Amino acid sequence: MVSFWSGYALPTIIIILEVLAIIIPLLVAVAYLTYAERKVMAAMQLRQGPNIVGPFGLLQPMADGLKLLTKETIIPAGSNRALFLAAPMVTFLLSLVAWAVIPFGAGLVLSNINVGVLYLFAVSSLGVYGIIIAGWASNSKYAFLGGLRSAAQMVSYEVSIGLVIVSVLLCAGSLNLSRIVEAQHTIWFAVPLFPMFIVFFISGLAETNRAPFDLPEGESELVGGYNVEYSAMTFALFFLGEYANMILMSALTTILFLGGWLPPLGIPPLTWIPGPIWFFAKIAACLFVFIWVRATMPRYRYDQLMRLGWKIFLPFSLIWVLVTAGVLETFGWLPK
Amino acid sequence: MTSPLIIEYLPILLFLGIASLIALAAVAASLIVARQKPDSEKVSPYECGFEPFDDARAKFDVRFYLVSILFIIFDLEIAFLFPWAISLGGIGGFGFWSMVIFLLILTVGFVYEWKKGALEWE
Repeated sequence: MVSFWSGYALPTIIIILEVLAIIIPLLVAVAYLTYAERKVMAAMQLRQGPNIVGPFGLLQPMADGLKLLTKETIIPAGSNRALFLAAPMVTFLLSLVAWAVIPFGAGLVLSNINVGVLYLFAVSSLGVYGIIIAGWASNSKYAFLGGLRSAAQMVSYEVSIGLVIVSVLLCAGSLNLSRIVEAQHTIWFAVPLFPMFIVFFISGLAETNRAPFDLPEGESELVGGYNVEYSAMTFALFFLGEYANMILMSALTTILFLGGWLPPLGIPPLTWIPGPIWFFAKIAACLFVFIWVRATMPRYRYDQLMRLGWKIFLPFSLIWVLVTAGVLETFGWLPK
Repeated sequence: MTSPLIIEYLPILLFLGIASLIALAAVAASLIVARQKPDSEKVSPYECGFEPFDDARAKFDVRFYLVSILFIIFDLEIAFLFPWAISLGGIGGFGFWSMVIFLLILTVGFVYEWKKGALEWE
């Protein structure tokens, strides 16, 4: 009995607490990302933004959440009910589950698996399912078109993201996310792989269906895309999933290119700040750029989007993988 | 005892379970809290105020299909590249040139697709 308690039950409880310690702050962060987005965009457009609910409108996300909770969940008559309800849950689930392998600091990781990058790549590929199921199950023309567009878009940019990750792996020599961060002790990968960093960030915008690549929900032509038939909590789950994916994409950019929890320079005043704070500061900076881009750029056309993904990013990143491998191979810089 | 490999994946499994519970609880709570009162106008598909014309599951552009096939090819290629990128330090010049040849063959197919217009969206 004692061995059962200390051998199985206690570790399980500790893991559950750790999981909650990731999910709850993450959901709060998602809620406040929506607030930050409205405030930052308002500032960029010389408006006030939300400022009524609570001081500086700080309770606005809570009010929005409560409103969505008390709305009626409408399930269209022609829809496949089970799939229709499952789709937002799948999207939400996948956007959370990826966080299990993200290292927040040196040794601060829930599950330090040695194929971390592969896991993240797999989970982000599965993200397409939530959207295409939603588009199909709604049985509505707008949702169907939005779902198709979104799936094609995510799939196209997945390819260039994969190639960018390969070039990072060449430099890091490991699939473990903590080891990839530690490989950036001398220099962040954003410097030697700068073009790949840009390709990754832009592909990240497309992958999360953000402006200027927000065609799947292009409200001026598709009225909302794959989630047009959703309401109440099912809509909220899509929304939360989308924003959690944005944070995830920023975290991934930070880990792969901006040195994760490492300070910019290894000198005293900077090394006094704990690693997780650097990590969160870098994520916040990436998220700011996400919002900045949304406030600045006009939306792409669909043919431009596909052209950028397949005819520019794909050949470019393929060549860069070969160039990186060739340079590392020639000069014997490859990690053993 | 179970092997360490399994233990590393246990947190992910628990994470998956907890996240599904949260998702289910959110939708269930909304269904319980909010008053559900569907009528035929509410549950018809949204088409900007018109009566829905016909079933939404109609024909769609074949290029979406082409894109997904292209994706499968390139995603497999990336799956090949992952282990290669990790072990390049150990397999040396032979490994490097083998992959260059593989990528060249793939590029021939890609150029063919490009010339055939599979990547054109007007």
